[in-house]
Amino acid sequence: MSSGSIGKVVILGCSKVGAMLATWLSQEGSDVVVIDSQDSSFARLPKGGQIKRIIGIGLEYDTLKRAGLESADVFLALTNSDNINIAAAELAQHKFKVPKVACRVYGPQRAKAFEELGLNIICPTVMVAEKFQEFLKTK
Amino acid sequence: MYIIIVGGGDLGLSLAKFLLEEKHELVVVEKDPARFARLSEELGEAVIFGDGAELGTLLDMGANRADVLVAVTGTDQDNLVICQLAKLIYLIPRTIAKINDPKNEELFSSLGVDATVSGTKLIASLIEEKIDAGMTIPILAFKEGGVEIFKSELSQDSSLVNRKISKLKLPDECNIIAVLRGNQVIIPRGDTVFREGDEIFVLIRKEKKEAFKRLFLEAV
Repeated sequence: MSSGSIGKVVILGCSKVGAMLATWLSQEGSDVVVIDSQDSSFARLPKGGQIKRIIGIGLEYDTLKRAGLESADVFLALTNSDNINIAAAELAQHKFKVPKVACRVYGPQRAKAFEELGLNIICPTVMVAEKFQEFLKTK
Repeated sequence: MYIIIVGGGDLGLSLAKFLLEEKHELVVVEKDPARFARLSEELGEAVIFGDGAELGTLLDMGANRADVLVAVTGTDQDNLVICQLAKLIYLIPRTIAKINDPKNEELFSSLGVDATVSGTKLIASLIEEKIDAGMTIPILAFKEGGVEIFKSELSQDSSLVNRKISKLKLPDECNIIAVLRGNQVIIPRGDTVFREGDEIFVLIRKEKKEAFKRLFLEAV
């Protein structure tokens, strides 16, 4: 493990954010696996890199297992579907016992509800609104 | 009883029709416009258009006074999230979800979904039952501990036939709790002798079920 590495990372969803994070983490020396349901999404990843690609549908136990979730240090759910992200994060947290799990949820109410249930949630809607609010306060 | 059905596919529609005949109050929510139009023709006002995974939609449907929510959309993630929201936010006492991937079953129940129905598993088990000599039919699965009750009819090949319970080496964590012989229910004791055609009811930890079938139900 090199200095910047955070170990083995599995990312569900080769979305723009997913691909960006995968690229950064891989450059920092982490062992990165990305899962997406469409082969074409992997075009967002750098060519010839170290990132492992797996095609599979979101909430499928066997796909997550194939991606090595049992031995992963980190799982990030970054598909464009809130519900896939939530359910996959729950699977990673409760069944695969991945130590560090987070997911993206666009819906603010849903984000809040599942935060209460113990998930680490990043809600872009709230974050962007807050950024705009900050901007409006500056002179 | 007030029942919310999320997902107006074939299963949701048939379920709604059945429950309406049983005089339950219910509402079905469907997010696909074409399907919604078709459902409206059959169910009238008992169907609304919307995304049942949205909290606002659930509230409009009267989620906070519902007794039961059934999530039968096409995907496991939606069914899971809907049931969890129903429980957490609207405190609906009983939630039931359809599952496609049988491996999700345990996750769903550990996350508080009260009951799950897996068509995949049901069909697979029916296929296996056709092939197996020792066919077992699940009666009841306990949500908590991986324990179930199943029943099985003893064929002439079963090694239980003509044997006394006290002479059997039953696997750990299993008990034969009842024997149905014709119209008679026998609560088995050490001296009970099994006969061909008996239906036995077995309480068993799931991991032991295969061993039990191999030892006692299938042809040797």
